[in-house]
Amino acid sequence: MKIKPQIELRTTPHAHAPDDVVRIMRNVVYALLPIAGFAIWQFGLSVLALLIIVTLSCLLTERFFNWMGSGYNSLGDWSATITGLLLALTLPPAFPLWMGAVAGFAAISLGKALFGGLGMNVLNPALVGRAFVQAAFPVAITTWTPAFFDGRFSQFAPSTLALPFLRPPSVDSWVELLQIDAFSGATPLALHKFEGIQTDTIDLLTGMTMGSAGETSALLILACGLYLAFRRMLDWRIPLTVMGGVVLTSALLSLVDPEKAPDAIFMLFSGGLMLGAWFMASDMVGSPVTPLGILIYGLLIGSLTVVIRVYGGLTEGVMYAILLGNAATPLIEQITQPRVFGQRASK
Amino acid sequence: MSLFNLFGRPSFNHGIHPPSNKTVTGKTPIRRLPFPGMLVIPLSQHIGKPAIPIVRKGEEVVRGQPIAKADGFVSVPIHAPATGRIKSIELMPTAQGRNAPSILLEVYEGATQEVLWGEEQAIGDMSDEALRQAIQNSGMVGLGGAAFPSHVKLTIPEDKSVDTLIVNGCECEPYLSCDHRMMLEHPRALMRGIRYAMRATGTKQAVIGIEDNKMDAVETLRANLPREGSISVEAVETKYPQGSEKMLIKSLLGREVPTGGIPAEIGVVVNNVGTLAALGQLLPKGEGLIERVITVAGPGVKHPGNYLVPLGTPIGFVLDQVGYEGSETEFILGGPMMGPAVSALDTPVTKGTSGLLVLNEPNIEAETLRIWPCIKCARCVDACPMHLNPSHLGLLAAKRKYETMAEEFHLNDCFECGSCSYVCPSNIPLVQYFRIAKAINREQAA
Repeated sequence: MKIKPQIELRTTPHAHAPDDVVRIMRNVVYALLPIAGFAIWQFGLSVLALLIIVTLSCLLTERFFNWMGSGYNSLGDWSATITGLLLALTLPPAFPLWMGAVAGFAAISLGKALFGGLGMNVLNPALVGRAFVQAAFPVAITTWTPAFFDGRFSQFAPSTLALPFLRPPSVDSWVELLQIDAFSGATPLALHKFEGIQTDTIDLLTGMTMGSAGETSALLILACGLYLAFRRMLDWRIPLTVMGGVVLTSALLSLVDPEKAPDAIFMLFSGGLMLGAWFMASDMVGSPVTPLGILIYGLLIGSLTVVIRVYGGLTEGVMYAILLGNAATPLIEQITQPRVFGQRASK
Repeated sequence: MSLFNLFGRPSFNHGIHPPSNKTVTGKTPIRRLPFPGMLVIPLSQHIGKPAIPIVRKGEEVVRGQPIAKADGFVSVPIHAPATGRIKSIELMPTAQGRNAPSILLEVYEGATQEVLWGEEQAIGDMSDEALRQAIQNSGMVGLGGAAFPSHVKLTIPEDKSVDTLIVNGCECEPYLSCDHRMMLEHPRALMRGIRYAMRATGTKQAVIGIEDNKMDAVETLRANLPREGSISVEAVETKYPQGSEKMLIKSLLGREVPTGGIPAEIGVVVNNVGTLAALGQLLPKGEGLIERVITVAGPGVKHPGNYLVPLGTPIGFVLDQVGYEGSETEFILGGPMMGPAVSALDTPVTKGTSGLLVLNEPNIEAETLRIWPCIKCARCVDACPMHLNPSHLGLLAAKRKYETMAEEFHLNDCFECGSCSYVCPSNIPLVQYFRIAKAINREQAA
C-alpha cells in the first residue's frame, strides 16, 4: 500500500437519513411562524409582545435548568422555542405579559425540566404551562378582546402591560372605546354553549372570530400542519385520528342527545382543536410510538375534547384532553406492543 | 406504509429507502485486477469450524489446488487462489476485528495463473448425495455476505421438506452491484447453479427475486429461463432490507419465518444469485472457489466498479489499483448498512466480502453526530422490518435491562439490519446497543 491513511472505526450502519432532531424542531418553528404572523396581524402589538415575552421566558428557564444540570446548552435544539411559541399562541391576545412569563416558566420547569429535559417529559410542556395559568389566573385567561380593530399596531391592550402581582385593569371600557360592532367578548364555543349562537363556518376557517391568539384560523393551521406532514416531520396519523375522534363522538352524541350535541364541522374548526390536533397532540414526546397506540391515543383525545366541551363546565376541552392523552400514553403503549414478524398470532 | 403499496410490486412491511448509489458501478462490466505479491488467506472464511491447513511452509502450490480441508460437516475446504509458495501460517487481521490464523501465500510474479486443478464432473450422473459433497468440495459459501457453507444450506433436515427455492438477487445494500453484474454477465451459469440447488434440495420450483431498480437484470434472466417453467423471475420493490431472507420470502410468497426459526420450517430455502452463479461456473469443471467479484465504490475511489479479485487480496492492494488518494478514512467490507469497518489495510478479501467501500465521515465531533435523547418520534418503529419496538428497546438498553429486552421485547429477533439507526433523528446508535445487549445476554447465559 502506497498511502498510509488514518483509519476510523465506526459501527454499522455507516449511512444515516438526513433528518435529525434539530432539523425537525426547526421545521416545526417554521410551520408555527405563519400562524404567529397571522395572530399578530389579527390582534396587533399585544400579541407580538406576548409571543416575544413567553418565548423568552421559556428560553431563559431552559437555560437556567441547563446551568443547574449538565451545563449543556440545549437552546440549540429549538424545542424550548417551540414550547414558547405554542404556549403564547394558546393564550388570550390581551393576556398580561407578566402572566405570560409565569406561564413560560411553569411550562419549562414543571412540564419539562422536572422530568429530565427533552424527550423525558410525559406531558406537553406548553399545555402544562397553560394549565398552570388557567388555574392561577382564571379571569385573565378567559378575557377575550376584539380582532382587527383600528390602531392595533399602535397601542397595547390595557391588560397586556399590567404590573406583576396586581389585578390587571378591566378591558371593558377600552373595548367600548374601540367601538367594535357586535363584539360580545365570547368565543364561538362559549356563544354556542351559553347562548345557542352558531358561528359561521367560513369565519371559523378564516379566523374572523374571538379566541386565543393563534387558534382562530383553522385553515391556516391546517396548511401549516400539512406542510410538516408532507415533510414527514409530523406524524399525520395523530391529527387525523384526533379529528376522526371528534367527528365520531359528535355523530354519536347527536344520536343520543340531539339537543346538546353540536355538529361535527363546528367542533372541528372551533376553539383550539386544530392547533391542538396538529401541533400539540402530535408532539412526538408525549404520543405513543406503536401504530395501534397512535390510533387509540388520537381517538381518545378527539372524543374527550367533545365530551368536555359538551358536558364539562368549561367551554373548551382540547387542553385537558391532550394532557389526559399524554398521561395515558405509557399505558397505551404497554398494551399495544406490535406483533413481531414471524410471531404466531395466538401467542 | 403498506397501504400505498397495494398496487406496487411485491414487498414486505416497513423498511427504509436509503439512496442507492449504484448507478456508476452497476453500469460498469466486471474487470479483473492484477494479482498482488502476497495473499492473506484466513482459515475461517465461513461460518462453522475453520479449515485445517494441508500445506507446509515453503511448499509450492498451483492455482486451484486445495490448501486446507474441511473440518467436519459445517466447514469447507480452501483452495489456492494463485500459483506461488506458502510463506507462513500466522495470525493476521480480519474483517471481524480479531486476528485469525491465515495462510500467507507469496504469488509467483511470472506465473500464467491458469487454473491447473480440478477435473470435469458429470453432474447429471451424480446422486443427490454426491452432488452435495461436490458442493462442499468446491468450498462454496454464501457469497452475499453471510458466508454460510452452501452444502449445509442445501441439505434439508430430514424432518422438513421444502417446496420452493428462492434465489436472492435483491442486493438491497446501497453501493453494492456485484450481484447485479453477475446476473447480467453470467445468466447461464446462474441457471445451471439454480438447477443444481433445486436438485440438492428436491424443490420443484425456483423464484428469482430482484429489486425493481435492476430491470435490465430481470429482462436478461427472463430471456434465459428454461422452457419448462420451473424457474421464474419476480421484480420486488426496491427497499432496504429486501435482500434479507425473511423479508424476501414474505415479499415473494407471503410466508413468515417463525421467530427463531429457519426458512426450511415454512418450506423455503434461499440462496444468493452470486453463490449460485459461482456454483454454476465451478461445479462442472470440478474447481474450487478461488476468486470473487467485489464492488469497490465510495467517494474515496477514483475508479469505482466491480472487480474480480483472488481471495486473500489485501484491501490495501485493491485501494492502490482503484486510485485511492488518501483523504477518506473509513473502510468498509460489504455494504454501508451492515458491513463492518476494518482496522487494518492488510485485511484480506474473503469469500463473504461483497464490497469494499471507502467513505468519509470526518466530523465525528460535529453537532450533526450529536446523540440527543429519544424524542419518541416512532420512525424506528415504522422502519423495523421485524416489527420490533427499537425505541423502547433503546430506552431499556440505556437502563441496562438486557434480560427484559430479550424476554419481553424480542431482542433476539433483531438481525441488525440498521434501519432503526439509519432513521433515528437523535442519532442514537440503536443497533450497537442491541449488539451489546445480545453479547451480554449470551455471556450471562454461558
